[in-house]
Amino acid sequence: MIQGVFKTLGATVGAAALGFAVTLGAASAEPTKVGFVYVGPIGDHGWTYRHDKGRLAIEEAFGDKVETSFVESVPEGADAERVIRKLASSGHDLIFTTSFGYMNPTVKVAKQFPNVKFEHATGYKRTKNVGTYAARFYEGRTIAGILAGRMTKSNVIGYIGSFPIPEVVRGINAFTLALRKVNPEAEVKVVWVNSWYDPGKEGDAAKALIDQGADVILQHTDSPAPLQVAQERGVFAVGQASDMTHFGPKAHLTSIVDIWDGYYIAKTKAVMEGTWSSEDTWGGLNAGMLSMATYNEAIPAEVVAEAEAARVAIEDGSLHPFQGPIMDQDGKEVVAADAVVEDGVLLSMDWYVQGVQGKLPK
Amino acid sequence: MMGMIDTLAAILVTVVTAATPLVFAATGELVNEKAGVLNLGVEGMMLVGAVSGFAAAIATGNPVIAIFVAMLAGALMAFLFGVLTLSLMANQVATGLALTMFGVGLSALIGQDYVGTPIKGLAKLSIPVLTDLPLIGPVIFGQDFLVYLSLVLVAAVAWFLKSTRAGLILRATGESHDAAHALGYSVIGIRYLAVMFGGAMSGLAGAYLSLAYTPMWAENMSAGRGWIALALVVFATWKPGRVLVGAYLFGGVTILQLHAQGAGFAVPSQALSMLPYLATIVVLVAISRDSTRIRLNAPACIGKVFHPET
Amino acid sequence: MLLKLEPRGETSRAMIYLTPLLAILLTLIMGAILFALLGHNPLEAMYAFFISPISNSYGLGELAVKATPLILCAIGLALGFRANVWNIGAEGQLTLGAICGGGLALWFYDSESVFLLPAMALAGALGGLAWAAIPAFLKLRFNANEILTSLMLTYVATLLLSLLVHGPYRDPDGFNFPESRLFADSALLPVMVEGTRLHLGAAVAVFVVLVAWLVVSRSFIGFQIKVIGLTPAAAGYAGFRHHSLVWLTLLTGGALAGLAGLFEVAGPIGQITPVISPGYGFTAIIVAFVGRLHPIGILGAGLLIALSYLGGETVQIEMGLPQAVTGVFQGMLLFFLLACDVLIRYRVRWSIGASQEARGTAS
Repeated sequence: MIQGVFKTLGATVGAAALGFAVTLGAASAEPTKVGFVYVGPIGDHGWTYRHDKGRLAIEEAFGDKVETSFVESVPEGADAERVIRKLASSGHDLIFTTSFGYMNPTVKVAKQFPNVKFEHATGYKRTKNVGTYAARFYEGRTIAGILAGRMTKSNVIGYIGSFPIPEVVRGINAFTLALRKVNPEAEVKVVWVNSWYDPGKEGDAAKALIDQGADVILQHTDSPAPLQVAQERGVFAVGQASDMTHFGPKAHLTSIVDIWDGYYIAKTKAVMEGTWSSEDTWGGLNAGMLSMATYNEAIPAEVVAEAEAARVAIEDGSLHPFQGPIMDQDGKEVVAADAVVEDGVLLSMDWYVQGVQGKLPK
Repeated sequence: MMGMIDTLAAILVTVVTAATPLVFAATGELVNEKAGVLNLGVEGMMLVGAVSGFAAAIATGNPVIAIFVAMLAGALMAFLFGVLTLSLMANQVATGLALTMFGVGLSALIGQDYVGTPIKGLAKLSIPVLTDLPLIGPVIFGQDFLVYLSLVLVAAVAWFLKSTRAGLILRATGESHDAAHALGYSVIGIRYLAVMFGGAMSGLAGAYLSLAYTPMWAENMSAGRGWIALALVVFATWKPGRVLVGAYLFGGVTILQLHAQGAGFAVPSQALSMLPYLATIVVLVAISRDSTRIRLNAPACIGKVFHPET
Repeated sequence: MLLKLEPRGETSRAMIYLTPLLAILLTLIMGAILFALLGHNPLEAMYAFFISPISNSYGLGELAVKATPLILCAIGLALGFRANVWNIGAEGQLTLGAICGGGLALWFYDSESVFLLPAMALAGALGGLAWAAIPAFLKLRFNANEILTSLMLTYVATLLLSLLVHGPYRDPDGFNFPESRLFADSALLPVMVEGTRLHLGAAVAVFVVLVAWLVVSRSFIGFQIKVIGLTPAAAGYAGFRHHSLVWLTLLTGGALAGLAGLFEVAGPIGQITPVISPGYGFTAIIVAFVGRLHPIGILGAGLLIALSYLGGETVQIEMGLPQAVTGVFQGMLLFFLLACDVLIRYRVRWSIGASQEARGTAS
């Protein structure tokens, strides 16, 4: 019965909003309320930390015209739906759900609150009031691949993965393709730690990889531990999520930095002005959704120039990280020389390119 | 050949580092269990120790002070546990779990301003010639000082429990508190001391995480190591020396499975990650078969409430 | 010493019911002080914590949804704890329940049979039971301590779930993301109140509470469990079969935890995901003891602790407080609940310089 009331209410308000969205947004003195659902604690210094930076950027940009709130460490199980619903029913106009596991709960709640806008990170389900967004972090992996290929002496690269999901596999492949383009001898060893966040285990994985001959360490996990290990052992590493320079200045080649600020501000503005619509945003370097941290001074100028050239080329579209020919692990050509890998294939990638050691479990 | 020996040495150093926080926490817990108190709050005490030690290191720049602060913080958490379970006779199992909840929250609250702050890790020992010896050099003469302290701790606790009068009294307290009380010992007082020692060691384990193992502070950085430490006490059948064996076994299998992955084993990583847990079970089964010996080691009064007048 | 605890001689009937109220009162006072110190309106905070989450029917439904797995696991655990069987691996048994029962839903994805759901429940219970049978077997056959084995098996279970959702359980149309398909309607628990998520599993939980109450208070098995827990030696003389009780308590606990896991995936989640339980199996240990190992107590404790989670979310949304504060506050609530129970068997006496005398007379 209560749901019935909500439905009627939702429909009325929804219709009104459709008609008078622009005037409403401009005339209303009420601040726009933006809610965030986080999968980890803000203090993880990784994924959630960066999303919260984006939230703070909204507050900075709009001052008292916005009100933001958040819920931390929301498990991706039964609790997610309740938290999202609570945000929706407490007057929030725009809700960002910042982890893949929130996809189905977000869509479910969105159905019950047609006048609230939802933005779900890294998923693929959209409805009239649910948009999706993600960043093409793999573009940063391409730059990292060039740096690693030029800086490695042992030709063994260690790669610490969290879970074997398409996002991470895509990063490994983009990295490996760029790596072997500049250094065909180089190979990539992958270790999965089965956690997004466990500093001790990430550090141990880095040590194991270094002991197996790796002299550049990549990570797709959140803590700066691998970089610290690299610094201690005198090898190079690439940071993740934040600029991690200060955790290992000598080892730090660069970091692939998540930047949600611009996207969050733009979407909040769109809601304020009534121009929001459900879209799929998969932004890369040119959209400013990721950036490369300062390059290490130890990198020779010509290598920096090469990396920068690649960055510019990716930004202007003249270079695609997944440009053929691409061979799979058995040496079979899976992408022809004149083709690129389509977004749909990238989204569901579950195979390794040539140059990655080990097998991906199916 | 040299290369292989160097690699082996590096792997052994990694295993020792991974095991050391477990050794501290498990040895401390062993002492309070021997006194008859089961404190499941190790994870929470570790986190509070980690953040306090980190904060003190930032404030003073002195690792020794930082370690003492971490131990003090762990002991204070344990004191709170003592007030609840010893003075107010609350259930130990549940209070320990609540202490972990409390500690996770409290450490996050204290640590808010330290997230993303780097710190210089503890220096490793470096003795000319000795540290440069192949294999044994880095493994025996090239660790940070807390690793040596953990070994001293295990030896000292073993000696204390076995060969000192105070150790005998502590064990008697855990074995039969009524008898100990009848002999005129303050059961509650002894247990307070044992519990606070356990807390201090958990705090020290936390400091090892935030100052040596991965020198940084981030929420929940212990990532479940407190639970492994608890399991290791059982694994060790309440013998300090076996805590060392258990911690090195667990650390060793963990590192080995990472190496197996790096070497490209065609086994899913999740299956390989199960190995440390399965290995611990298998070894426990192997050593538990002699039931009489285990019963002798397990403190009879563990988890039981004591009141001098009942 | 100013304050002194003195044995009452016999348990206080009144205090059995009064101490939880006293604990909540103390928590409210201390909580108010905590929030005031953090610069927030204490009354508003207490309202947001305890009242606001359950101020409508949806909220009440959520309370039941959140409490269901806690209560189911705690009932099973309490049976074991009463008999000194220390199963702390309910989390793993819950996970296996979700894997087995949920797996059935995926296997028979196209089935519209009314028997699917009961079959899933059975498979879930059997999955949890099988996982709990391992520590039982290792304890009885090899004398291996169940605290260690059941805890270690929890990690194994979590990794097994991860293996499955990254592999065979993956949604074929899900772009290789680690999630199963959404269950078909025939595999979902019916919702009991329109507009809420209150599912049939909550009713089952209440039913289990009542059955457990009957077993514990009325039957011979309940008596056996109690005697073994109190004095293992006496139980031995009485001819009770220790082995059967270890099997009975562990398997029952495992089956109930497995059922709880199945209810999560077939209820509020509706699919198999890499994370099914945010530590219900561990929190249930607290629920069991706060509920004094009594089924009715567990019902109350489960609801109260579930409420503290909902309250934590509300405080974050409405007052912008970090989750860390919730953890500290939850810890405090539990400390008070556990500590106040002392009043059931002891009374507080002010004794100024008379402690020696009191000791003399009491003993």
